[in-house]
Amino acid sequence: MIAEFGLAALWLAAALAALQLIAGALALTPRGAALAGVVRPVAVVQGLLALAAFGALILVFAETDLSVKLVAMNSHSMKPLIFKIAGAWGNHEGSMLLWVTVMGMAGGFVALVEKRLPEPTMLATLAGQAFVSLGFYAFLLIASNPFERLSPAPPEGNGLNPLLQDLGLAFHPPTLYLGYVGLSVAFSFAIGALVTRQVGPAFARAMRPWVLAAWIFLTVGITAGSYWAYYELGWGGWWFWDPVENASLMPWLAATALLHSCGVLAARNALRAWTVMLGVVAFSMSMIGTFLVRSGILTSVHAFAVDPERGSFILALLAINIGGALTLFGLRAATVTEGERFRPVSREGALVLNNVMLSAILGIVLFGTLYPLLAEAMGAKVSVGPPYFNPMSAIFFVPMLVVLAVGPLLRWRRDTFARVRKRLALPLLAVLAGIAIVLAIGDVAVLPFLGLVLAAGLAVASVLPLRDRNLRRTPLPVWGMVLAHFGIAVALFGMASESAFSVEKLVAVRTGETTRVGPWAIRLMAVEPVAGPNWTALEAQMLARYQDGRGTELRPQSRSFWTPPQQTSESALLTRWNGQLYAVLGGEATDGRWQLRLWWKPFVPMIWLGGLLIALGGVLALAGRTASDIRRLVARDKIAYRRTRQGR
Amino acid sequence: MRRLLALLLFALLAVPLAAQEEQSTAPYAYRQLDDPRQEDAAQALMESLRCLQCQGQSIADSDAPIAGSMRSLVRERIAAGEQPEAIRAWLIERYGDYVSYAPRVTSLTWPLFALPLVLIALAALLLRRRFTRRDGA
Repeated sequence: MIAEFGLAALWLAAALAALQLIAGALALTPRGAALAGVVRPVAVVQGLLALAAFGALILVFAETDLSVKLVAMNSHSMKPLIFKIAGAWGNHEGSMLLWVTVMGMAGGFVALVEKRLPEPTMLATLAGQAFVSLGFYAFLLIASNPFERLSPAPPEGNGLNPLLQDLGLAFHPPTLYLGYVGLSVAFSFAIGALVTRQVGPAFARAMRPWVLAAWIFLTVGITAGSYWAYYELGWGGWWFWDPVENASLMPWLAATALLHSCGVLAARNALRAWTVMLGVVAFSMSMIGTFLVRSGILTSVHAFAVDPERGSFILALLAINIGGALTLFGLRAATVTEGERFRPVSREGALVLNNVMLSAILGIVLFGTLYPLLAEAMGAKVSVGPPYFNPMSAIFFVPMLVVLAVGPLLRWRRDTFARVRKRLALPLLAVLAGIAIVLAIGDVAVLPFLGLVLAAGLAVASVLPLRDRNLRRTPLPVWGMVLAHFGIAVALFGMASESAFSVEKLVAVRTGETTRVGPWAIRLMAVEPVAGPNWTALEAQMLARYQDGRGTELRPQSRSFWTPPQQTSESALLTRWNGQLYAVLGGEATDGRWQLRLWWKPFVPMIWLGGLLIALGGVLALAGRTASDIRRLVARDKIAYRRTRQGR
Repeated sequence: MRRLLALLLFALLAVPLAAQEEQSTAPYAYRQLDDPRQEDAAQALMESLRCLQCQGQSIADSDAPIAGSMRSLVRERIAAGEQPEAIRAWLIERYGDYVSYAPRVTSLTWPLFALPLVLIALAALLLRRRFTRRDGA
């Protein structure tokens, strides 16, 4: 019953999306003006219906209704409730339903609150949002119906991959999807502005909070995903340039560029065409990422060719959406002028460089991710991994960091290096000190060396914009910028430190024996079996002492799940201010000894701390912008109110 | 209560069995080389070799038996004094380009290496056009 309700809600939502598209498009013509009033309410209801469908899916998962095929395939009655619920989006159909839900809700939210733009632009925007949504509704209803029934219902479900039965991962996909799909709003705004030829500061100001919000979610999602891979996979790796990871990084790179070019457009009415273009590109990256992850093409091009229904569907959606948007852009680009001019040495100039570098990194990541697929289609299998991505992205990342240090100190329109040279003495000093320290430690590879040194310089440079400012009167967005840039320095420091200074120890020890890793002495006390709701495990009890200080207990586990049967390593982490001890229990070796994997990773938590600082910077900027937008709206309403009263 | 007992029994019986069949028994799969410099070289190489049975994992971060035997092979050859790149070449000859995460420059992969140059040229062109057109300011 619940499943049928969900399916009905989904069909209704799709129908309303069609209505929203047609009404929005007709309302732009002179004869259809009467339809204009329909579009916004329809958008809101469409979002709510999608939400209802998603709620229905969560319900059938929560009560493990095994007559629903998706539940039988991906869930199991003996699973903690939280993972039953999270299982709703831990599969293809559910995650696509989450996608359209977020998209519908975002469209509804825009329809409800966005009053800054001229109405025709808003109508075109909402019609654009409906057009993209409609494609994904069709995909769900035709090729991946999440509510399909199974008859007869099996006595028990297949279970959820144990690696996914983790709180961090339960909330990782929704966060990421809020980011991915939040960018659809920027895409629709770009379409709307192209249709009505209204690209200017007002457009950028209206689009910016949506981009910012999506970007915050993406940042948090990527950070959380990286931490999940770090502790859950049991090998201490935090980024592997895996296609799935790249799929989340690409929209982030595009959104970061868009955020900065939006700033230029809002403040200086420059970079018009470029900003619109990035709006299209950012969401296109989200869609390409979804195609890569959801079509199965990553496992093998051949597997994709054998069962191409879903993949081809998404590919067609991609072609229609991206191709259509780019065609529209091509038709209108000539009428969208670049806007105000500026000198190379200026705030705008620095932001243009930032945009170019981010786009280049995006190009590297996109090409490097797709190339193995191209090669496989041509009949040869190649792998592209960290040895390619690290140096190639560094080519553009390093100059970008230099620009990042200088840019915020420059004035808009025109400036000179002579003016800011004195201020740069401090960061330069930090860089030199960094070089001296790292050389003293010795034996650090090129990229980590660059990372450590640049992080030192950037950490100092990032707070310089606050100098000579009255801190109490500094607007929130400036604090946000400073915090986000400082966060980049922090994360970079963590990454470089991890790859330069990590110590690894693989040993086989008997209980009672002590081993050393870096500054730690670790004693294996006992190994005992323990049981959880749907797993059993061997748990090691270890006593870890830092430089022979007080001992702390660590309990890593080697878990065996039985639905589906799979082994996972639950690592145990011990965090200090200067790093993290990472312990994994391996198998039993011969003669009663136990395999242990131990790492001491100096300053590794800085990676994720930096990521969170970057996101927090975004939150401050968003809060500041929203507050001033609300103030401006209230003031406008007051003036309008006075005028009408005086008119009487 | 009976269910709990059954669970515990299962725990005691099943886990060691499962643990044994999963682990690689190659001598250097879970053992480091004594010389830290050699171990570092081996580690760097292992991180750039693909585990052929896994999805998107290097042999340095996988519990799959084949990853274990490949780790052992890498460590043994490094200990015997072989250069990392020679070992990579040997593995590529045996398993194909797919095994190495560091693509070689070949007739198939040259676009990967041309791309940064193209991007730099494109960026330079874009910036030049942007800043050398009629200065309207």
